[in-house]
Amino acid sequence: MSNAHSNLSVSRYAIATAVLLSSASMINAAGTLNIESWRSDDANIWSDVIIPAFNKSHPDTTVYFTPTPPTQYNSALQAKLQAGTAGDLITCRPFDTSLTLFTSGYLDSLNDLKGLTEFSDVAKSAWVTDDGKDQFCLPMASVIHGFIYNKEIFKELNLSVPATRDEFFSVLKTIKSESRYSPLAMGTADQWESATMGFQNIGPNYWKGEAGRKALLEGKAKLTDEAYVNTWKELAEWKPYLGRGFEAQKYSDSQNLFTLGRAAIYPAGSWDIQTFNNQADFEFGAFPPPVTKSGDTCYISDHTDIGIGINANSPNKAAAAELLNWMASQEFAELFANAVPGFFPLSNHKIAIKDPVAQEFISWRDSCESTIRNSYQILSRGTPNLENQLWNVSAQVINGTMTPEAAAQETQNGLEQWYAPQQ
Amino acid sequence: MTQPNHPDEKKPFPWHLVIFLAPALLIYVTFSVYPLLDTLFLSLFNTQDGNSTFVGLQNFITLITDDNWSHAFWNALLNNFMFFAIHMVLQNPIGLLLAVLLSSPKLRLSGTYRTLIFMPTMLSVVIIGFVWQLLLSPIWGISEEFLYNIGLGHYFDAWLGKEGSALITLSFISVWQFVGIPMMLIYATLLNIPDDIVDAGTVDGANPLQTFWYIKLPLILPTIAMVSILTFVANFNAFELIYAVKGALAGPNFSTDLMGTFFYRTFFGFQLQQGSASMGAAVATLMFLIILVGVMLFLFFVQRRIQRFQF
Repeated sequence: MSNAHSNLSVSRYAIATAVLLSSASMINAAGTLNIESWRSDDANIWSDVIIPAFNKSHPDTTVYFTPTPPTQYNSALQAKLQAGTAGDLITCRPFDTSLTLFTSGYLDSLNDLKGLTEFSDVAKSAWVTDDGKDQFCLPMASVIHGFIYNKEIFKELNLSVPATRDEFFSVLKTIKSESRYSPLAMGTADQWESATMGFQNIGPNYWKGEAGRKALLEGKAKLTDEAYVNTWKELAEWKPYLGRGFEAQKYSDSQNLFTLGRAAIYPAGSWDIQTFNNQADFEFGAFPPPVTKSGDTCYISDHTDIGIGINANSPNKAAAAELLNWMASQEFAELFANAVPGFFPLSNHKIAIKDPVAQEFISWRDSCESTIRNSYQILSRGTPNLENQLWNVSAQVINGTMTPEAAAQETQNGLEQWYAPQQ
Repeated sequence: MTQPNHPDEKKPFPWHLVIFLAPALLIYVTFSVYPLLDTLFLSLFNTQDGNSTFVGLQNFITLITDDNWSHAFWNALLNNFMFFAIHMVLQNPIGLLLAVLLSSPKLRLSGTYRTLIFMPTMLSVVIIGFVWQLLLSPIWGISEEFLYNIGLGHYFDAWLGKEGSALITLSFISVWQFVGIPMMLIYATLLNIPDDIVDAGTVDGANPLQTFWYIKLPLILPTIAMVSILTFVANFNAFELIYAVKGALAGPNFSTDLMGTFFYRTFFGFQLQQGSASMGAAVATLMFLIILVGVMLFLFFVQRRIQRFQF
């Protein structure tokens, strides 16, 4: 009994000491910033490149990049914010996930941040309230869709890069009839590629980018309109040019088919550049989604993917704002773009990117109009979920088990069930 | 810790029972009973938009009558019954057959076979899913060439990617993985049958088929019944294989969607779909009820009629 008692008092002292120690370390923590992120792949880049560069101009602030694995990020962050242990800076997922954090009071409004003036409205659209009044995250990076092609196969078959849709399909036809390569490296097993690399990739050319996306949001356009049906019609035409058994082909299969040199064209997201740089031993290039006839304005999906905001409970908001302002600078944009090719800074600065393919992708921002994926803002809030529907119907259209018209009808019906402007 | 002071009290309260039971009971209640009750409770609320309100059975009504939910729900339930049926028709009879073959005294290397057949059960579902995807892959897989070599090449297809065959293929993979469990359980029971009974039958002139049919099978029926219950519970809780191979959207066109994947999407959300804890709890409660009813029906109609034999 007396033993137990002494144990208890020892543990009581231990707790008291721990409390003291932790409060002491909190006092020491002034001047340090912790960044919550899901980009664990970028941890080295932050510690070796970005943070040292920041410390050159801000030597008195210590920054720690503390990532969580991507699949656990949302729930882990939620728990940390509720417990009050989250870092000072929060890496923001686009749209509703972060909007919920802001409306729950976990993120600060950034309206007064001067760095925000460096960004366009499209870039900021992913982290702004529905009424456009409050900006809660600083845009950090986007990914661009397009097609990556194997330059050696193109040379071997004497093909030129297609600019129009007709050229695109004649290139596909030539590859199919004159060689044993798969013309297009894409499968429908994972479904998301059909929607993301297919529908959202070639679609903006049909629905005229932002104009079409806004019209859909305002209820002025329907998914049954010609623009959307035609997008699915083109996807349906991809079917004969996909590899054999594409219904069971997964994302990694497609990547491997391309990097092994067995497929000529890969419907891509710019994030694939890093993988291909590491794995492909041939030269590859990129072209934007082909337009109807040459001279047409081209539209690209320049999708806002990563933002960064300030934890409303951070003890160190001034330093955090300082870091955000620096992240809006030309210096950060250039460092980041070159450290992670395929993720493009969203600020308006002109930057030099060394990776040739990444450079090609970002050059489309000048020649084409940018838009974001049309299902991401507001439209995927209800039940049925538009994004999930797009995955399902796009994969089915490519599989040939659903007509483009039926796909349009199903998604439009889904939207009409809960989205007032479409009713 | 107080000692009883009344001289007339003969037996002190059996504190030692409480103390010995407490750790297990505490763990069981904290990690099993409490979450279960909490889930049942949560399913009566609506937790959307941050605050929760009591809505009674509304979640269940939505789940069964609202087109957006009911379509997915019935589809998942139907697929789940299909998944279960394939296991009952294939896994358990094959397990029985293997057990009978293994228990044959004439079979050499039976230990090796037993280990090899049981091996997949011990592997992670993720590995099984990955290996079978590779085997069946139209791009890298060996199954196409194998079929060509035995002259069945034109039957090959991207089975895992077609709406009509994906669920059946996944069921076969699951059967292949778990066939070791009925095999081991039945095998153990078969070994327990005393030789005297079999010898007596043989002396009376029963051939091996009759010995199996009239002597061994009745004796292993309770085990087969138990295996069926285990299969039922495991199949209606199945999730990992589908998630590993087809992802949470269980394509193509939800043809491989089971209750488990449907629950996952509802509770945790998916991609841009926000999860709903209360709706997810409603799905979980229905899963629990389906399993409960299934097991109870089984106990009432089957288990009670099975005779047990004492040797």
